[in-house]
Amino acid sequence: MIVLYILSTAALLASLIADRRKTLKALKIALGRFLKLLPPFLTMLSIVALILTALPSEVCVRYLGGDNLAFTTGAAALLGSISLMPGFIAFPLSGLLLKQGVPYIVLAAFTTTLMMVGVVTFPIEQHYMGTKITLVRNLISLLIALAVALIIGLYFGELL
Amino acid sequence: MKTPNQNQNKNQNQNPTQDPRQKHIKNLLPPVLFALFIAASLIFRIEFGQIAAGHFLDFGSEMIKIVPFAFILIGLFEVWVPTHVVERHLGEQAGLRAHLWAILLAGTTVGGLYVAFPVAATLQRKGARLAFLFTYIGASGVCRIPMTLFEASFLGLEFTLIRYMVSVPLIILSSELLGSYLQHRSYQIQS
Repeated sequence: MIVLYILSTAALLASLIADRRKTLKALKIALGRFLKLLPPFLTMLSIVALILTALPSEVCVRYLGGDNLAFTTGAAALLGSISLMPGFIAFPLSGLLLKQGVPYIVLAAFTTTLMMVGVVTFPIEQHYMGTKITLVRNLISLLIALAVALIIGLYFGELL
Repeated sequence: MKTPNQNQNKNQNQNPTQDPRQKHIKNLLPPVLFALFIAASLIFRIEFGQIAAGHFLDFGSEMIKIVPFAFILIGLFEVWVPTHVVERHLGEQAGLRAHLWAILLAGTTVGGLYVAFPVAATLQRKGARLAFLFTYIGASGVCRIPMTLFEASFLGLEFTLIRYMVSVPLIILSSELLGSYLQHRSYQIQS
């Protein structure tokens, strides 16, 4: 994150020195795009807040230790799809679950859908990509995530 | 006398594309409803709403630390980087190696998908090919470097390697199919 701050400040300063008018135009573009994004952004945050309150994912994840592998993998994929969790929370949590005996295939389904499938980010994605492509992209991502989980399950000998 | 005139105007407005300002206001409806609910929760001490408000602020502050800076970089990129540079590396004639560029770019993207979309929109305006942009978007979910390090240290290097070996080829393949299909239909990422 610090890299982002340094990079954007340095770039902005360099741009200011090189050409003030162009820099002003860049800032105008930045502000305009940001304001356009604001409504879907706030919608997304509202959805995230409501879902997290109704189903706290840190709590839900603890139920992923069930015996029925197909069911827990599916539940993990669903949970990962509807959650929004930064990596520095999701992976330590997954590491903890691994130690508690949750299989790799379940963790793979959870973390990969978490990263690739965005149900709560739908308003933002729709703003840029349109409804149809957002649906298609998320469906493809879900299939890829399930493929990843399957292969990981096979590799770690949890399936056969 | 006035009513038919007004009706005509309305029809004209609806016909070309929806009035952007009207759309803006319509899009603001869900967050406004949410804000009203939170306000009511704070007044009547509804616990659900109070917790939701906390989550909203948590995630909002996390993202507001990233998004404005990302947009400044996007603005600077837009005015300074010439179209032919993007076209050469990510354009129609760039060849399949450009998927690799897209993945490298994704590896250094901060934040995740919600930053990747505006970046992809800017790159398309500069002449990047759609297939590479879908690879970029997909990879910015699964290939970000800091996240990968976290994953490898908590779930093991083997886990990370298998995930890369399965997901990256599938992302490239699906992006190539989806991108080529949409390119013919002159699909545009909105910015």
